Amino acid sequence: MAFFSGVVDRLLGRQQPLPQDITFRDERSFVAQKHSCPSCHAHLEAGELENNLYVCPKCGHHYRINPAERIRTLVDPGSFQEFSQEIQSVNAIGFPGYEGKLSEAKAATGQGEAVTNGTATIDGRKVVLSIMNFKFMGGSMGSVAGEKLTRALLTGLEKQLPVVVFTTSGGMRMQEGIFSLMQMAKASAAIAQLELARIPFFAVLTDPTYGGVTASFAMLGDVIIAEPGASIGFAGPRVIESTIRQKLPEGFQKSEFQLEKGFVDTIVPRTALRKTLAFLIDTHPNR
Amino acid sequence: MDQSEIQKKIQELQSLAEKNSVDIQSDLKRLQEKLNDGKMTPADLWKKIQLARNADRPTTLEIINHIAENFIELHGDRAFGDDQALIGGVGLLDGRPVTFLGHQKGRNMKENIRRNYGWAHPEGYRKALRLAKQAEKFGRPVITFIDTAGAYPGLASEDRGIGEAIAHNLRDFALLRVPVLAFIIGEGGSGGALGIAVANEVYMLENSFYSVISPEGCASILLRDPNKAAEAAVQLKLLPSDLMSFGIVDGVVPEPDGGAHADHALTAAHIKTQINESLKRLEQKTGEQLARERMTKFLSMGRFVEEGGPKPNFFQRLFSLNRRT
Repeated sequence: MAFFSGVVDRLLGRQQPLPQDITFRDERSFVAQKHSCPSCHAHLEAGELENNLYVCPKCGHHYRINPAERIRTLVDPGSFQEFSQEIQSVNAIGFPGYEGKLSEAKAATGQGEAVTNGTATIDGRKVVLSIMNFKFMGGSMGSVAGEKLTRALLTGLEKQLPVVVFTTSGGMRMQEGIFSLMQMAKASAAIAQLELARIPFFAVLTDPTYGGVTASFAMLGDVIIAEPGASIGFAGPRVIESTIRQKLPEGFQKSEFQLEKGFVDTIVPRTALRKTLAFLIDTHPNR
Repeated sequence: MDQSEIQKKIQELQSLAEKNSVDIQSDLKRLQEKLNDGKMTPADLWKKIQLARNADRPTTLEIINHIAENFIELHGDRAFGDDQALIGGVGLLDGRPVTFLGHQKGRNMKENIRRNYGWAHPEGYRKALRLAKQAEKFGRPVITFIDTAGAYPGLASEDRGIGEAIAHNLRDFALLRVPVLAFIIGEGGSGGALGIAVANEVYMLENSFYSVISPEGCASILLRDPNKAAEAAVQLKLLPSDLMSFGIVDGVVPEPDGGAHADHALTAAHIKTQINESLKRLEQKTGEQLARERMTKFLSMGRFVEEGGPKPNFFQRLFSLNRRT
């Protein structure tokens, strides 16, 4: 395995530890303060959510979380090492106003793109993580997100480590035109590689996961996990309603609907995610 | 002047300038701009979009009937049903068996209801994958024709997992050990198009387009006005010339004067010429080479910047690590 990690360092650049002062800015500062749960309206004290994995202690509503919060609530403290953060977006098709949108998203999130990659340990088990951020232009996937996801998958292949991907996305990034569409095929080709090498790939679908992300890597996990109450689908509800000209049934496209239809393996609450992933990693050894 | 004339003019100028060592930069730039569709007005571009959507263009089945000596349509996904918006089967092409797949639009209202206007459901994509794997088993090339506004965004489509169906096609078409060729013959709409377009070589008809979202969709989401579709079409850079310059497609198949609808037989003949040329090249390769090259092609797609630049020989090293490829 030493051979593999040496190759990976050369292929992907040396991995840098996550700087201590890394900040994922987030305008949802209300979650740290006292507020009422948007789902059950229960009164929540300041700091209550942070101590409960951003899950409402009264009704179990799962708040959307950003990559920093995911890392903090999932992996062994200090084990996360970010990689491929130096990859940056360009305005590949000269789409008007795209640079401005990118700078706004960077300022709002404190991050370079909608995907954060890293290696970490989960209860002592080494994994490669790729985590999407809905706050960064709706988690839309362009060339950088596609490349980062691909590198996370290929790092799993080269280091012989399981890959866990957290999805949340409105779909492909229109501002990158055809390049964004091709990212679906790109990520799927990387998963084809993992398929051949029998490296486990786990997809965790979080609220919301739509469009090209659903129609590519989100649905290609060896095991597909959904967070409770997440909206998961290909076309969005408004598009479907305008196509069929009727109201959609209650609970349509929620995790529970997708479980019933057979498109996710299991729904795992955030409180049980660490243990579940650890069990899955143990039961899916590389062959 | 049409595009080929402009291209010819540019070449003439270049060779003249080389011979006589004169500065032609300004003339060259002017012509290049003319060639560049980015300079087209939204109205000009919209005419092209309408040509691509023209109901009289040759459909998948018509093209197959023109180019194949014999063809049998094979139906069904073996799980739910048969999708008539995405058809497939086996044909003989100059005596060689090939598998054809393609979106099928209708010519009139009655046909279009049966064909769902070429919007396929999950069972269509699953049938396509079943037939592609059958082709692989018997060593036949797969040739696909893409003409869809997109995968069907309806209730039934979601119920039966349209996302899952397309996702599996993207992964499993990448792994096929036979030549795969894709032709965008009209509308190349988003994931519904890509679902049968993971190919060794991708070609576009001269008056077709290929885009991540329809111009109308882009206009209503990003420009917040569905009436600005023509403007969105300009911004999306979805014409064959754009995709050629991006390196996303491998070639443009010429259409007869006026467009493909003017002469179906001639359009089909142009497509057949390209198929034969491509297969001659691809049939020299082993199944392993074909799968690797296809994966490498799509793994390389995307534009971004990276400090320190790209790492050399990425794919050679990757494939040497993955001994099972």
